[in-house]
Amino acid sequence: MLDRDEDILKAAEDWQKAGRGVALATVVETWGSAPRPAGSSLVINDEGTFLGSVSGGCVEGAVVTEAMDVIESGKPKMLEFGVADETAWNVGLSCGGTIRVFVEKVG
Amino acid sequence: MKLAILHELNAERAARRPVILVTDTESGEQRLVKAADFAKDPLRAELEKQLRMGKSANVEVGGKKLFLNVYAPTAKLVIIGAVHISQALAPLARSLGYDVTVVDPRTAFASPERFPDIPLVAEWPDTALPPLNVDAYTAFVAVTHDPKIDDPALLHAFERNCFYIGALGSRKTHAKRGDRLRAQGAKESDIARIHAPIGLAIGAVSPSEIAVSIMAEITAVLRLPPKEKEEAA
Repeated sequence: MLDRDEDILKAAEDWQKAGRGVALATVVETWGSAPRPAGSSLVINDEGTFLGSVSGGCVEGAVVTEAMDVIESGKPKMLEFGVADETAWNVGLSCGGTIRVFVEKVG
Repeated sequence: MKLAILHELNAERAARRPVILVTDTESGEQRLVKAADFAKDPLRAELEKQLRMGKSANVEVGGKKLFLNVYAPTAKLVIIGAVHISQALAPLARSLGYDVTVVDPRTAFASPERFPDIPLVAEWPDTALPPLNVDAYTAFVAVTHDPKIDDPALLHAFERNCFYIGALGSRKTHAKRGDRLRAQGAKESDIARIHAPIGLAIGAVSPSEIAVSIMAEITAVLRLPPKEKEEAA
């Protein structure tokens, strides 16, 4: 209810209507001290422009890269990010939490 | 997300109507459920609970993993009366995430020096309130102690079905207010909706403490399930 985010979903609709490929990434689960709550989202277009945030900056780069694949394939993906460690991902959350991010194509 | 769903979601958000987007996170299938349709939905209990808490969450139903993304409008607080209590109430409400507006036709009270950074409308309620789009996601508080200002404002709040309506004054003052509002056509059920004396009984004395008790009461009305709400009141 108490959401003061810039209007991410409006941008998603506008970009899609303007003919851009668009993906939406949404935090669907968090464990530990995650930076952004479930429901937080990020919209990305095929030029790599994005709005919003799923982690306050820690993993956005990786999400944007994955979103490009999703725009291409049209298939949704579930991403998981944990504490920064080389084995799972080369990016992570320094705060020690874990988040799962659902990435889907718009349109 | 299908464009039709996104379009409908944006239209509902713009109209300040709550919705929940249900996503099967394995298949990617989605559907949008409007709050008005919760009662007939198989996920009714889960939808109602998450909306009340204003929190998105995962649920597992019939072997399916579903993500319920809650889109509820930003709550508003309209304060009638730019009085001392309001000077404490406005910033407190804002820190809790409310969009706050203070209305008082008395320009000596409704001055930016007394309310830095808070939207102020120095007009009578009849002029000030219609543009504010007071709705069911609005908490409405009348604290001027002046019937000429509070009464028409309260009638407006009844009409707009505010989720919380509170008015300052003792039981005696409130009984008189009830008589006046009745004479102006208010229904008994409307008058019963007014929280008066305003705020939870926490022994508040100073304006800041009264502000805390008012925001505690508004929070309880917003978040508690109906049964526990009665017990807290």
